[in-house]
Amino acid sequence: MIATKESQLCTFFLDDQMFGVDVQCVQEVIRYQEMTAIPLAPNAVCGLINLRGQIVTAIDLRMRLGMSNRPEGKLPMNVVVRGNDGAVSFLVDQIGDVQEINEEFFEPPPETLRGASRRLIRGAYKMKHRLLLILDAERAMHVSADDR
Amino acid sequence: MTIEDPELLAEFVIESQEHLAEVESELLTLEAQPDRVDTALVNKVFRAVHSIKGAAGFFGQQTLETLAHRGEEVLNRLRNNEIRPTHQVISTLLAATDRLKGLLDNIEDSNNEDVSEHVIALEKLLKNEADGQPSQQTPVSESQTTADQEPCDAAKSTTSKSLNQKTQQSSNVLPRIRASGIGEEALRDFLIESCDNLEQIERDLVSFEDDPTSESLVNSIFRSMHTIKGSAGFLAFNNLERLAHACETLLGKIRLGERQLESSICNLLFATVDSMQKCLQRIEQDGQEGCFMDDNLIEHLLAACESGYDAGAGREGDFTDDKVIDPMLAACEPGCNVGGAGKKESDLLAVNECRELQSDASLFAPRADQPVDSAKSTAVQNSSADETQVKSAADSTIRVDVALLDKLMTRVGELVLARNQIMQFTSSLGDSELLNTSQRLNLITTELQEGVMKTRMQPIGNVWSKFPRIVRDLSSTCGKQVRIEMHGKDTELDKTIIEAIKDPLTHLVRNSVDHGIETPSDRVKMGKPAEGCLRLRAFHEGGQVNIEISDDGAGLNPAKLKAKARDRNLITAEQAEQMQDHEANQLIFLPGFSTAERVSNVSGRGVGMDVVKTNIEKIGGMVDIQSQVGRGTTIKIKIPLTLAIIPALTITNDGNRFAIPQVNLLELVRLDGEDAQSGIEWIQGAPVHRLRGRLLPLVYLRKLLQTGDDRDEVAEAINIVVLRADDRQFGLVVDRINDTEEIVVKALSKQLKAIPVYSGTTIMGDGKVALILDVLGLAYESNVISKERDRSLPEASPFNADASIDQQSLLILGTSDGQRLALPISQVARLEQIPKTSVERANNQEVVQYRSEILPLIRLAKFLGLKSHEDPDDPQLNVVVYTEDARSVGLVVDRIIDIVKTTLEVSCQSRHQGLLGSAVIQERVTDVVDLPAVIRQLDVPNQAAVCLN
Repeated sequence: MIATKESQLCTFFLDDQMFGVDVQCVQEVIRYQEMTAIPLAPNAVCGLINLRGQIVTAIDLRMRLGMSNRPEGKLPMNVVVRGNDGAVSFLVDQIGDVQEINEEFFEPPPETLRGASRRLIRGAYKMKHRLLLILDAERAMHVSADDR
Repeated sequence: MTIEDPELLAEFVIESQEHLAEVESELLTLEAQPDRVDTALVNKVFRAVHSIKGAAGFFGQQTLETLAHRGEEVLNRLRNNEIRPTHQVISTLLAATDRLKGLLDNIEDSNNEDVSEHVIALEKLLKNEADGQPSQQTPVSESQTTADQEPCDAAKSTTSKSLNQKTQQSSNVLPRIRASGIGEEALRDFLIESCDNLEQIERDLVSFEDDPTSESLVNSIFRSMHTIKGSAGFLAFNNLERLAHACETLLGKIRLGERQLESSICNLLFATVDSMQKCLQRIEQDGQEGCFMDDNLIEHLLAACESGYDAGAGREGDFTDDKVIDPMLAACEPGCNVGGAGKKESDLLAVNECRELQSDASLFAPRADQPVDSAKSTAVQNSSADETQVKSAADSTIRVDVALLDKLMTRVGELVLARNQIMQFTSSLGDSELLNTSQRLNLITTELQEGVMKTRMQPIGNVWSKFPRIVRDLSSTCGKQVRIEMHGKDTELDKTIIEAIKDPLTHLVRNSVDHGIETPSDRVKMGKPAEGCLRLRAFHEGGQVNIEISDDGAGLNPAKLKAKARDRNLITAEQAEQMQDHEANQLIFLPGFSTAERVSNVSGRGVGMDVVKTNIEKIGGMVDIQSQVGRGTTIKIKIPLTLAIIPALTITNDGNRFAIPQVNLLELVRLDGEDAQSGIEWIQGAPVHRLRGRLLPLVYLRKLLQTGDDRDEVAEAINIVVLRADDRQFGLVVDRINDTEEIVVKALSKQLKAIPVYSGTTIMGDGKVALILDVLGLAYESNVISKERDRSLPEASPFNADASIDQQSLLILGTSDGQRLALPISQVARLEQIPKTSVERANNQEVVQYRSEILPLIRLAKFLGLKSHEDPDDPQLNVVVYTEDARSVGLVVDRIIDIVKTTLEVSCQSRHQGLLGSAVIQERVTDVVDLPAVIRQLDVPNQAAVCLN
């Protein structure tokens, strides 16, 4: 998932922040699906989705990144990402375009970035008008019981 | 000459491992009967080792080859009765087998391994026994060895004499094989294998013609031909063997580059393959290879080895394709009796000449080995008589990749889900045509599911097969004599389950030998035979597989177990005192529990019975132990047939649906109306329900899953799912009970694995996902079973446990005029309240519909001639349901007073029908009802058997 020299990122938004994951590991992007709640699950794990017979765990990235709750009545989108231990659906606010990016504009996160985000954000691409944060999908998927 | 094709190599490893697995069990059988050497068995072992040797040499695995070769020599001596299968001999052979296995496991590096220790041990056997025996090797092993190792050299020296020698050797073997009855199966295997091999050769030959320089192709052909030769020789199909041998010789030349693959040689090879195929067909049809002569072909083959042979050479002036093939085909026609030994190549002319040859040949005297041939062929004929109707053996089985089966299973799982969805959809639509179609879909899906499951089934014998060896080695290390008996080897289980129980079973077997069975001297002292017996039994029962491992050893000593558990602070002294023997036996399943006084190198090293138990429970199984001091121990394991698709109960709680595996389900209890309040009592904040007199701890799913607030709201009805976890029962209180359904189990994702209360996920009929509850996990989480403390204490029992053996539970009933009746509760299936309005009449008998059956009702008071004052305002009837042999009868009673546990002493015999007599219970005189008599009286069973549909 490390962006190579020239790579394509699937982008999405949480609040107004733009995030990206390598387009290679994205299985599909779908609109909001009904979910089966999982009592006792870690907070960021919000449910199970039946994706044509494949059961996928949904992880709310807002929760995962320690952001505020999604405003009431706003339905999230699913970005289904393949990981080492099966697919996971990331719940995001909105889907962006696929961006072609170049390695030279990449920079690791500043020291001042703390908290959960520090582990999950690989760095940023400096785009013309905004920053594109690279999500470490594999780490974001790894929700353990401690995160509850 | 080595082969680099990794696929072939892998195949070789698998095949050799299979061979070795057989060798092991057969060696053990040999050892078991040292006085009567079963030659057929030795031959089987010999053949297995021989094929390993051959293939190993072929793959350039010298180390393997050397070791196999030595083993083969020893076996040869054994076969010739020059060595007895003593303990030492078998041990050495087994050790060598193990080493071979080790080499196979690490095939890349095997040539760098050192096997000299085993080789020397084997050679020692050869030397020791060779005293007084001819010091040379027997002709068979010599000629075979040379033929295998240096095919080209052997080819040069192969004369008709050596061929004959071999022929005689193998035909001596044959009657022994036939006599011992391994014929049929071996023959079948041989046919399947050889057909495969011939097809392979054919394919390879075609490719080889295009690419005559390909080394791997010629190697592949050579190897297949060699296998055919070996098997044919073993089964004494002499002609086939000789033909294969000649062909192999030629192939050896080609392999070494001494001969080029010209079209003439290629044709010759094709002709050989065709001839062999015909020959196999004949063998399959009537069990004999027929006595047509392949000598022409053989001589052609041998001639082709000489450098002078080619299509243009003078010796073969008119040798063309048709002329070789046609006579071959003609010779293969049924009834053809060409016996012309030593015919010259020149006889092989044109087709019409060949016909002459046939008629000529009939004049020839039968060949020397023909009587032998026909003698054995009758035996084969008998055994294969039924095979002729069966499809060609080679067509009846195929090898399939397990990954493919797994994929298929997943797809079927999805089909089952789709079916469930459609079924649900259909029932809501009510279209009759759609209904019919979906019914068919339902049926087909079920059959398909069963079929696919069957493909994944394996006999438990696959796991058991290694036990005789383990037992043998163990018992000799421990200085014990143990015999192993196995029943129900064919019992089939899903592959994944077979894998899962492998280790637990091995552990149990080791335990039995190491701890269970005593030393011979101790056994004799106890008056038992010196040889202990370990019995393995497997059978299907109620959709589950039962496995029993029993020994006739010392048994478990409850007192010792208790003391040990107290020492380790696993139980308190008080608990130990109250504990019954059966419960004490369960102590061995506690983590950290070992009774072994000393840790041997066999067991007692920590991986204990608790691991066995955990592993078995992980796959939804149960372990129970029964033991009698001095008599032995039996461990019973119950496991599900498959894990992929299971029946489950679905429930709803706070809007979430969950599935509960049916195996854990005992019963469902619904508390309505008044009972909803009074049915649940509290012991210091812990809710319990009196279920037939026993206190059932209750667990609220809502609280456990923290899905709702801790409200004690007054529900209209309470649904209790009575579950069993470990030996405990507990009631799970849920909002709603939905239905039972076949569900397809899918694994939990990584994020959820840490949550103990779930065991998996599934997709329900409506396409939504539901979680599968892990009953054991629920029990742990709710402290029904505590993790640290005893997992084996009995269910909370309000009665004095010590005296319970003589006591029985009685249901006390009251009639309206104050008389008391007692009924042994063991005969009662359920207590029900049935609305009076639902009582119907059938066959001049009061009945109700109960669980989709007709339940006949008996008014007990009326029957006993007592006055009965039914409360006309009560809309319900109290019914005691009695079930026997799947037939139920309902006893209508006025009042259920109590359930008591007491010693029943019927003091005065009753003359009244249906009563056993009277007894004093709870200081009141109570009549004891003779329930079977009541039912006999009415002869109800006949009526009750009718089913509603």
